[in-house]
Amino acid sequence: MSTLTATRIAQRPLRRGGFLSHTGFITGRWLRAQYRSPALIAFTLVQPAIWLLLFGQLFKGVVALPGFSDSSYIAFLTPGIVMMTALMTSGWSGTTFIDDMDRGVMDRMLTSPVRRGALMAGQLISNGTTTVIQTVLVFAIGFAAGARYDGGVLGYVVTIVASMLVGTAFGSLSNAVALLTRRQDALIGISQFVSLPLTFLSSIMLDLKLAPDWVGVAARFNPVDWAAITARQALSATPDWNSAARHGAYLLAFTLLVGYLSTRAFRTYQRSV
Amino acid sequence: MAPSPALEAAELVKTYPAGRKKPPLRALDGLTFTVPEGVVLGLLGPNGAGKSTTVKILTTLSRADSGTARVVGLDVVKQQEEVRHAIGYVPQKSSCDPMATGVENLVLSGRIYGLSRQESVRRAAELLERFDLTEAGGRQVRTYSGGMQRKLDVALGLVHRPRVLFLDEPTTGLDPEARADLWTEVERLSGTEGLTVLLTTHYLEEADRLAGQLAIVDHGKIVAEGTPEALKAELRGDSVHVELVEPDTEGIVRRLLAALPGIGEIVVEGNTLRARVDRGATAVPAVLGALEEKAIPVLAVTVSRPSLDDVYLQYTGRSFKSAEKNEERAA
Ligand SMILES: Nc1ncnc2c1ncn2[C@@H]1O[C@H](COP(=O)(O)OP(=O)(O)O)[C@@H](O)[C@H]1O
Ligand SMILES: [Mg+2]
Repeated sequence: MSTLTATRIAQRPLRRGGFLSHTGFITGRWLRAQYRSPALIAFTLVQPAIWLLLFGQLFKGVVALPGFSDSSYIAFLTPGIVMMTALMTSGWSGTTFIDDMDRGVMDRMLTSPVRRGALMAGQLISNGTTTVIQTVLVFAIGFAAGARYDGGVLGYVVTIVASMLVGTAFGSLSNAVALLTRRQDALIGISQFVSLPLTFLSSIMLDLKLAPDWVGVAARFNPVDWAAITARQALSATPDWNSAARHGAYLLAFTLLVGYLSTRAFRTYQRSV
Repeated sequence: MAPSPALEAAELVKTYPAGRKKPPLRALDGLTFTVPEGVVLGLLGPNGAGKSTTVKILTTLSRADSGTARVVGLDVVKQQEEVRHAIGYVPQKSSCDPMATGVENLVLSGRIYGLSRQESVRRAAELLERFDLTEAGGRQVRTYSGGMQRKLDVALGLVHRPRVLFLDEPTTGLDPEARADLWTEVERLSGTEGLTVLLTTHYLEEADRLAGQLAIVDHGKIVAEGTPEALKAELRGDSVHVELVEPDTEGIVRRLLAALPGIGEIVVEGNTLRARVDRGATAVPAVLGALEEKAIPVLAVTVSRPSLDDVYLQYTGRSFKSAEKNEERAA
């Protein structure tokens, strides 16, 4: 009996699923869960809608200020709010990992042959689809409020890609924090603590020419600002492709780096269980 | 060639940091055991004994500070990938995705282990059938009862036909009916399918019923090992239980019994006293006589062959119930 089992196992080579197929399976899992509660996506839109309309009204006058480059403030604000929404929503990404850890799902997955990178990537791809939907919807709200762009389709595509990179980078950071702290409250605290300065030390709301110098210096190291610059350039009538490409490249490099580092957090988690 | 044992753990040590300025907590302290293929090993011990930690190390989830462990001859550190294909792991906490349906949970697992889509779907249907979940298979798991979720957990551990199944407290928190269902299933797995099972439990009854081989874990060590029958048989004599009307708060009854000839260890728990005696038949009249003399009212006196509880007491110096209570307070 035992020899029978042994030969059967020996003859069947380990079918080592690759990274891509595993990513596909994990993505499917999160997409199914996500679209079973579409209300959640709608809910995360409430905040950006309020920001957009409130700030749009509040700062209508800023366009008249000297040094303000865009003709309509709402057109300036919309790509900023797109990035902010991607950032804020992705901050919650890690709560899915916490739920998995609170149950035994994470532990079961980690004792299976699933690729760690696939566990991370699958969740982030599903998170990325949320970002795309939100970006389109924020644009729709902006359009309704009067934002118009001359950059054509390419401008929108670049903005969507940039927002997905922001979502992916900060989603993977959120997942990493989840793996390291293993606690919902800690995760939410840290993600708020990080996302507020990233929002305000950037050109999301205001042209940096109007801000104190030190804010401008800080913004130069802010990935969310890189995304906002890339998007605004691509959407403008006369894009500075040089600047768009440079900031886009920074953003991509940042995303890959944190994606890699975050996947390493699985090891830290396994050392602590 | 002698077949390698299904499970081998040698001198496993695992510590967890216990917080600032405190010495690290020694969850495993040189734990060693061996399980032949096709056997159900029961790891019995109170909460905090180190059962889950042992399972986590053997399933490659966690890593020991020192010591080695092998599963079907494969080293859990050096041959991680192969070990993962050979085992199924049912964690202490439910491990199915509540947002997915039963079928989706099973198919995802099958795909991860390398089954084709078709095979995964077929296997899912087979397992749902077997665990009596066919009707619920298309529903989201969050609508399942605790017992149904636990059955799905076990099914998830079996998708890829592992050679060793780890069940970490499979029946904790289940109602008696669901527990009995799972017991039957585990018996079937090891009996007719030759699967090796490592089962942890803090239910004496469960260990007695399911485990072909039993290892008692205490403070991160195995303190006794053998079949439940052998462990019980090793204890000579009988066990006498005295149920009092009033609790023995002053220890009068304890002292009274201790003075009688042929009486071993005595454990007091509330209104009941338990004593190990050489011969039940002679001890009972002596006990009753002594109590009557001091006019201490008694509800009942019973004699029994040693139970696992007595075995536990013998090897750890405390009763299972009191160990559980202590751990709870410490936790
Ligand atoms: N992840 C962890 N971090 C810190 N301490 C832990 C962790 N897991 C277990 N422990 C401690 O290790 C000891 C053994 O735990 P465990 O193996 O879960 O016991 P059991 O499963 O027998 O109830 C306990 O004292 C527990 O508090
Ligand atoms: Mg446990």
